[in-house]
Amino acid sequence: MQNSSIFKRLDWISILIYLLLVLIGWVNIYSAVYEESHSSIIDLSQKYGKQLIWIGAALLLALVILIIDSKFYTSFAYVLYAVGILLLFAVLIFGIEINASKSWFQFGTFRMQPVEFTKITVCLALAQTMSSRFFSFNEIKSIIKIGIILFLPILLIFIQNDTGSALVFFAFIFVLYREGMSKELFFTGFVLIVLFLLAMLTNLEILLLVVLIASVVIYIISNTRTLQARIMLYLFLLYSSLSLIFYFYSDIFTEKLLLLIIINITINLLTMLILYFTSRKKIILLYFLILLGVSAFVLSADYIFNNILQPHQQNRITEFLGITDDPLGIGYNVNQSKIAIGSGGLTGKGFLQGTQTKYNFVPEQSTDFIFCTIGEEWGLIGSLTVITLYTFLILRIIFRSEKQRTSFSRIYGYGVASILFFHVAVNIGMTVGLTPVVGIPLPFLSYGGSSLWAFTILLFIFIKLDSDRTENLR
Amino acid sequence: MKKYDNRKYYISAIILFFIFVIVFKLINLQIFDESLKISAENNSQRRITEYPARGLIYDRYGNLLVYNEAAYDLMLIPRKMKEFDTLSLCRDLNIDISDFYARLEKCISFSSFRPSVFYKQITAQQYSTLQEHLFKYPGFFVQNRTLRKYTSSLGAHILGDIGEIDKETLEKNPYYTGGDYIGKSGVEKYYETVLRGKKGVKIFLVDVHNNIQGSYMNGKYDTLAIPGKDLYLTIDSALQAYGERLMKNKVGSIVAIDPNNGEILALVSSPTYDPQLLVGRNRGKNYDSLLNAKSKPLINRAISSTYPPGSIFKIAQALVGLQEGVLKPNTFYPCDVSLVGCHGHPPAQGVARAIQYSCNPYFYMVFRSLVQRKIEKSIFKDSRIGLQLWKEKITGLGFDKAFDIGLPGVNKGQIPGPDYYDRKYGKYRWAFSTIYSLGIGQGEVLVSPLQMANFCAIIANKGYYYNPHIVKQIGTDSVDRKNYMKIFTPFDKKHFDVIIEGMEYAVNEDYGTGRNAIISGMRVCGKTGTVQNPHGKDHSVFIAFAPKDEPKIAIAVYVENAGFGGVWAAPIARLMMEKYLLDSIIDPDIEKIIFETKIDAEQ
Ligand SMILES: [Zn+2]
Repeated sequence: MQNSSIFKRLDWISILIYLLLVLIGWVNIYSAVYEESHSSIIDLSQKYGKQLIWIGAALLLALVILIIDSKFYTSFAYVLYAVGILLLFAVLIFGIEINASKSWFQFGTFRMQPVEFTKITVCLALAQTMSSRFFSFNEIKSIIKIGIILFLPILLIFIQNDTGSALVFFAFIFVLYREGMSKELFFTGFVLIVLFLLAMLTNLEILLLVVLIASVVIYIISNTRTLQARIMLYLFLLYSSLSLIFYFYSDIFTEKLLLLIIINITINLLTMLILYFTSRKKIILLYFLILLGVSAFVLSADYIFNNILQPHQQNRITEFLGITDDPLGIGYNVNQSKIAIGSGGLTGKGFLQGTQTKYNFVPEQSTDFIFCTIGEEWGLIGSLTVITLYTFLILRIIFRSEKQRTSFSRIYGYGVASILFFHVAVNIGMTVGLTPVVGIPLPFLSYGGSSLWAFTILLFIFIKLDSDRTENLR
Repeated sequence: MKKYDNRKYYISAIILFFIFVIVFKLINLQIFDESLKISAENNSQRRITEYPARGLIYDRYGNLLVYNEAAYDLMLIPRKMKEFDTLSLCRDLNIDISDFYARLEKCISFSSFRPSVFYKQITAQQYSTLQEHLFKYPGFFVQNRTLRKYTSSLGAHILGDIGEIDKETLEKNPYYTGGDYIGKSGVEKYYETVLRGKKGVKIFLVDVHNNIQGSYMNGKYDTLAIPGKDLYLTIDSALQAYGERLMKNKVGSIVAIDPNNGEILALVSSPTYDPQLLVGRNRGKNYDSLLNAKSKPLINRAISSTYPPGSIFKIAQALVGLQEGVLKPNTFYPCDVSLVGCHGHPPAQGVARAIQYSCNPYFYMVFRSLVQRKIEKSIFKDSRIGLQLWKEKITGLGFDKAFDIGLPGVNKGQIPGPDYYDRKYGKYRWAFSTIYSLGIGQGEVLVSPLQMANFCAIIANKGYYYNPHIVKQIGTDSVDRKNYMKIFTPFDKKHFDVIIEGMEYAVNEDYGTGRNAIISGMRVCGKTGTVQNPHGKDHSVFIAFAPKDEPKIAIAVYVENAGFGGVWAAPIARLMMEKYLLDSIIDPDIEKIIFETKIDAEQ
């Protein structure tokens, strides 16, 4: 009975969004590499011709996944995970280096990045572990298990010098939170991830991170259950979001540093005042000392970075943070990308009419910077359409995950949503200058076989699990 | 898990929050930020790429070798071209209309969107008239370039050249645009990324007449060009120039290394050419004629050519024999010319004397005892094992290894092993008698002059060397630490004493083959080689280091078709060592003879 009606039970809305995104991707790849001298749209020497092949193969893969029994994913979750890890090891030995990261396999002219597939296997393994009846966030054993599952690939990918892809795995914090991680821990971790990303943009934010860590330490020292601790938490939240807002729109202000410090001091003073009128004085003293130390460090470190370090030493620091593939100097790609997107206006310049991307001002325009072509040629209408499609897909996956009967399917679904969200937010954020240039593709849109296939598999496993939700997997 | 059900709302809210931040930024960029609006109709922006000055090149003492001179290329982006007075442009450039169309065709075939060179290196006069008219020629712009200038004609192979980037490299490397100059050979190629610096971009606002109105957004989106770093070579330019003069009208190479740190003091490849020939508008023509010249002057023979080493290889054989225990310092073999030919000399009592006299039968026997270990009964199996053991040891002396010296095109040479002869003759179908000529450095063994000099440095240091390298300092940074770390060879220090003794005899005592390298008041250790050449006259080779007790220079000289090693290569080595160590020449007559002699290469 189930086989006969599987196509009826599929979530056709998700599939439709998927197909739309793939189509939008292809059209813009075509435009990004278009030259008048190219004759045919299936010219296999061109990227758009090759992408057609990748798309065909991706659709085939999707079909295969829909045919495979759902039980396969629960039964083989750990085996697949092991294979994924082995591939990461193998690429360190046999892989080739592109843009300073050794994360590619090459077979003839075909290149593959195993990390794309590891995302899927990690997601499956995580779902398998966390759906166990014995899993609990209060059990140290459980925590160690998911710790290993997550940090083993992260470590290997960092060794490959592919910082961007390694960061993707931190997106699973949403899954952990949904399954019962304490909200304090989630909040701290989440803010750390966001700040780490921002820290990669400019040096000043590295220092913000230090401020944050100090505040977290205080938070942990104070008793979580007391009122004053909670007040501190909320104030800290306010402080972080204000800093973020100023950070985002800091282009407007010339004295960015000064502002941040003023905000920092104001908020912290307020906190101290409240603490003073409510609670233990030892904490206040400790807090005051740490605040002093941190402020001094902020000022001196920034001064050291800008005035004492030689340019090549500064470069080394930024390189350490993963900002390497910027052929014309830091900021060049992002500047060109912002100009391209900004020049699109409301309605865009029209298909094939983008001049900023055409004249090769924006590098990597068919892969990581594909959103530039969309922004320039289709304007705000085009870029909002794409963002809306993504948002709708991600939210749909979350809400369908909630409807699953098995925790495995639910956890996996959250994993898919988290990965998609991270990729979309960081990639688009990068093209508009909000997030650092870490070189991760835009799901379904960016040129390239391995990324398209991996995202297709990732999504269609969920669609398959979802279609079987009436069954009990355990 | 019911208790966490409401968390989906928090998660969705966080996701939506970030999406909204991005949407706000997009609205800000695409709607409100007027500064980013560029209409497709009027090109109100012009980007000018700022090319950084290419790094200069100095010798080890800071003498300038290569510097820059400004030049201008007329560039074209075909897509941006509109109707204009073509005849006026032709007049400005002094070309005719058919030439104009030919050039245009070439640019379009390269790319219609990307800039390519329309007219290379316009003269200063053309530049001034063109600059005035440029606004009338949409799509055209002038790009400043740097051309290389040389303070002298020395070291063409080391310095290398720069030239316009080819399409293939261009597609692989997003840093470059069409018409950019890139290192093509020598240190210019190897240190391209260091020398070139980083381009910057300046964005200007222009009016409808294409005149610059000012900086776009006060330079907010500009990036600064970072100048290239200067290179300080390890080369002693006086020694290099002297070596090139000595090798004039001869074919071959000289490599001199400081054994105390692996710095290459001179790297001469002859015939050479004036590097200035490969600069400027005649580059293409000159390059072709150099490429097609019979003497192949573009090849850096010192690192790219490999030859049979001849008798200098006997030292290596002796070392392997001593290390493997099949040879003792006092081992005696009679000069049995029925094994292999020799020249008259007193009986070779021990290894040192055998090196002094360069006795062929002696080293025939040494190599035989190395190959025939008597481990297996079958001589075929036995030879196979013996040769494998021999190869493992001898490659420890830097043979069959491409040194990363800081130049492209280093040839690793060849040490044949069992696999090589299996392919050639079939497995177990060869034995010592098939390969005996390896013992005296003839046959399939191939060594580059660089490897010969480095081998000599290993002997001078009694068992270790530093990675030979050509660059001492990059900008203010010193080069890779790996260049200054001792690399030990699998030979015990004690075995080198008898070798050095033999090399000392070879230069300083009667019946020595290298007596033409004697320097009075100094103990020179050397070894000659005469390499049989089936295609013509024998090659002459000599390696030496000096002074014996505190070596400061290790040198290899290889002169093609010059006959006996002792006759030509040894005196050239002597003059080089005198020049470097004494800074004067003891016997100007010899110098004169070498300068005046012409030895034609026969092929
Ligand atoms: Zn003899």
